[in-house]
Parts: sequence; C-alpha cells; structure tokens
Amino acid sequence: MSAVDTTTPAKVPAPPPDSPQRPRANRRSGGPAVPWLLLAPCLLILALVLGYPLYRLVTLSFQDFGQSQLWGFKPAEWTGFGNFSKVLGDSEFWQVVLRTIVFAAGCVVFTMVVGMLVALLLQRVSGWVKTLVNIALVASWGMPVIVATTVFKWLFDSDYGVLNAVLSKLPGVDMVGHNWFASGPEGLAVIMLLVVWGAIPFVVITLSAGLTQVPQELEEAARLDGAGPWGVFRYVTLPILKPVIVMLTTLSVIWDMGVFPQVFVMRGGHPEAEFQLLTTWSYDRAFVVNDYGQGSAIALLTVLLLLGVVAVYMRQMLKIGEVE
Amino acid sequence: MSTVATPGRRKAKAGWNLLGLLVFVVAGFPVYWMLNTAFKPAKDAIDPDPSLLPTGITLSNFSRALDIADFWGPVGRSLIVSLSVVVIGMVVGLLAALAISRFAFRGRKIVIVGILAVQMIPLVAMIIPVFLLLNDLDQYDKLSGLIITYLTFILPFTVWTLRGFIVNIPKELEEAAMVDGCSRTGAFVRVVFPLLAPGLVATSVYGFIQAWNEYLYALMLLSQDHQTATVWLANFTTQHGTEYAPMMAGATMLAVPIVALFLLVQRKMAAGLTAGAVKG
Repeated sequence: MSAVDTTTPAKVPAPPPDSPQRPRANRRSGGPAVPWLLLAPCLLILALVLGYPLYRLVTLSFQDFGQSQLWGFKPAEWTGFGNFSKVLGDSEFWQVVLRTIVFAAGCVVFTMVVGMLVALLLQRVSGWVKTLVNIALVASWGMPVIVATTVFKWLFDSDYGVLNAVLSKLPGVDMVGHNWFASGPEGLAVIMLLVVWGAIPFVVITLSAGLTQVPQELEEAARLDGAGPWGVFRYVTLPILKPVIVMLTTLSVIWDMGVFPQVFVMRGGHPEAEFQLLTTWSYDRAFVVNDYGQGSAIALLTVLLLLGVVAVYMRQMLKIGEVE
Repeated sequence: MSTVATPGRRKAKAGWNLLGLLVFVVAGFPVYWMLNTAFKPAKDAIDPDPSLLPTGITLSNFSRALDIADFWGPVGRSLIVSLSVVVIGMVVGLLAALAISRFAFRGRKIVIVGILAVQMIPLVAMIIPVFLLLNDLDQYDKLSGLIITYLTFILPFTVWTLRGFIVNIPKELEEAAMVDGCSRTGAFVRVVFPLLAPGLVATSVYGFIQAWNEYLYALMLLSQDHQTATVWLANFTTQHGTEYAPMMAGATMLAVPIVALFLLVQRKMAAGLTAGAVKG
C-alpha cells in the first residue's frame, strides 16, 4: 500500500551476492562534500527566508519598533523585556490566550473524535456508501480554505443563509434573521465547525488506511475471549493506531493554533475583540496598531506555547523515520 | 465476519448505511450549496426560503463575477507565483532530498530534524519579520518577493515528501546499475528518476495547490493592484458582501480546478503520508 506500489517493479533485483561491504560503503559516500553540495541551495534559501526572519522575530520582540522605525526615520531601540511585560501585563492578552486554547482544543477534540467515528463507520458500510462518503470527503478536503470560508459565510448568512431557513422549518425553532456572529462564542463555534469540516477528511482517510492494517485475527481473538465492541476497540485497535493518532493529534494542534484566514475573512478583515485569537491578535498589534515589537512578542509567545507539542510530533516522526 | 447474511445482520448493515449517507450529506453539503448557488438565477439566491434542489441553470452569476473586479489578472498572478514556486522548490528540494535519503554523512540527522521542525512554525507568526525583510530588500509588492516567501513552506514540504518517495525505492536497484557499469549520476538518471517520476508529479501538484491557496502572505506582501486569486475572492466578501450568487460563482471558478487537481494526487499523497506510520 506504500506510495510506490505502482512504480516499483514486482521483482527487485537482489544485490550482487558476494560484493564486500567496504567498497559499497565507499561508493555510497562519494566524498563527504557531495551531500552538503546537494543541500547547499536548499539551506541557503531557508536561511534567507526562514532563518533570518526567525532571528528578526526574536530581536524585534526585544525592540521598540513602530511606524517611524519602519520608514527608517528612527533606529530601533532595545527595550529589553519591555514588550513582553506590556503583553503579559495586559489582561486582554490572557483572555485571548484562553480563547485560543479553548478554540484549538475544541477543534482538535472534535476533529479527532468525529474523524475516528467516521473511519470506524466506513468499515461497516456497503461499498457504494463508502465510495459516496469518500467522494464528499476528498472534495471538501481539496477546497481552498478561502473558498470554504466564503461558502460557510454564505451558509450562515443571517438573511438568506440556507441554515437559518432549514432550522426554522423545525417545529418550535425560529431562526429567521438570526445573526450567528453577533456574539463571539457563537461565531467562533461556526468558525470551529468550518475548521473541523476542513480537517476531518485528512483524519478519516489517514485513520482508514491505518485501520486496514489492524490484523483481523487479533480482533477475532479478542472477541472470542469475550471482549465487546468497545473492548476490542480500546485494547486492540487503539494501541495499534496509537502512532498515527499521536501524529494526527499533534499536527492538528499545530494547525488549529495557527488558524488565521478563517477568522480574518469571516469577520471581513477586522475581527472584533471577542473574535481575537493569538494569531489575529499578533497581526492586529503589528499592522493595525503599528507596534511591530509587541506583535512579534505575541507571535514568539505563540511559537513557544507550541514547542511542547512540536517536540512530541518530532519524536514520533523520528521513531517512524528510523524504520527506513 | 461470516459470509452468511442473517436478517439481523442485514438490518444492522442498513442502519450503518443510513448513517453513512448522513455523513455523505453533511460533508458534501457545503460543496453542493456552493455549486447550487453559483448556477441558480440571482433572484432565487435571495429567497429567504431557498429551495434545496436546483431551480434552473444560468451562467449569469459567472459573468457578473467577472465584471465586478478583474478576475484574470489575479488568476494570472497566482499562476505565475505558484508555477515558479513549484519549479524552484522541486529542483532545489530534489537535490536536498537526495542528500538526506541517499547519503550517510555527519550532521544528516540534524538537517532532517531541522527540516521537520521548520514545517511546524506557524506561517502567521513569521509575517511581521517577512514583511520587514521584503521591505528592506525592496521586494514588497513584487511577485518575485512573494515567490521567495512561499519557498518557506513549499521547500521543507517538498524535501520531506520527496525523501519519503526516494527511501521507498530500493537502493539495490541503483547498486545493480552501478555494478553493471553505470556512474552514480547515470544510475540516478536511468534507474531512480523514472521510478521517482510519479512521486515528483504528485509532489509538484500538491505544492502548486498549497501555493495557489495561500492567502495571508499574498494579502500582506502585495498591494491591492497586484492581488492574487485568493485575495480576489476574499475581497469579494468585503466589498460586495450581499452579492452571494456571483461570489459563489467566483468560489466555484477557484475551487473546481483545484479540487480536480487534488483528486488526481490525493491517493498518492495520502499513501505517502501514512506509509511508514502504521508499520512503525
């Protein structure tokens, strides 16, 4: 099932039986400079477009950098931890942090739970239903984020949105003219739905691939030993899928903490205070208030907040990488 | 599962199928509604009690969408940027991927960890220094500046994905070719490259989609006069908020080619992403 199924010839020629190890190793290395020469262009570009900005992000967060520094009228001034103490001392910042964490956690939990349920469901349905669901999933997966955002804006439109019309058909529900974005929590719930809708296909398709690798005999054995469906899932399926689940969860955390365009475009380029997440907050400080120092400090804090999750992801990937 | 379908089991299957159809409807509805609105007569789009089924097919929303703001300019710019990013990313990325997958050298692990790690930095966090950098280099509001910036996410992605495809090609194939008298480069060109070609195509298409879909950098690093396709659609929202039918026509024009491309490569990319994960 690997990616090269179609490309690898069925019969792999065996290595020459009596070729000694040493010459092979020599030919492989071909001088220590070759790999670095191959890497050089990539590393140079990354140093310019990623390394330098990263360095600049750190220095900026320790500087007083506003409009006049941007135009070069005044040199940037070092302010030590000034930006950080301003940011951390702002009660609104802590509200934004809390909101971001709740929002991202909600997105991740919904994505993973619903994704797992759909993947399990797909094992139980008939072939044609599976095909239909897969078509819908791949189509929604392929939708550009901006397109999906405008479509959701239309679905949830207060006057002509189809959702209000359909909900109002239910007995006792009157949603005509309901504005989903009048309050922050409700609006963010809609945005969460948009994020989850866009993220589920990847999770379902990855988990489905994982589920096919769970040996039938193991599940059968557990069932014979008296395990119910939940027991089989909890003690057989879940442990086998654990590496995939860890990878998907960490990736989702990183993606969902970085949600920006969905909020930005939904709120017409000016998210209200109640809609601010760490990403939009950092953007707002930098490009609306013109305090690039504070904006950078917030961005840096966001990255630091994510480091723990990144570490878990990296460990998992390296474990997988070592299998090579 | 036994092959004998008892009535009870058949009933259970019907229940699962019904649930599956519900998932199909919910997951597919936003896409359906975009297409439905794009092709429906404009007056039906502002019906407070819209019909869920198509009410007639018209292309007037599309011509209206093309009239409201210049469409082909942004699309052309998106094409130039995405294609350039993919070409540069593939050439540079392939060399790097070969280095980390086919050579044993000191520092290899650090490079791998580094390339994985930089993929994890949220793009949004980098927008301030990137904006200032392009400002300093006099590359603000230039397509070349945007192309360079897009390499920040395309390049690590390309290297990592191509590495996945390369390690799946047995080294013995190359070695056999070299035993038969090929040079190292010859072995690569004649043996590895043909096997890698489908992976190269899939990676380029996927990279193209990512570049095409990018919004934030395009918004921040180009002025209104030079906007790309995604910014065009997002601005549609802000300036003509009430004209949803042409907006959905615009959304359809941007989404359909991308979804089609995505369908072509999805299977291959998904397989590549999970190949090692379960076995490990």
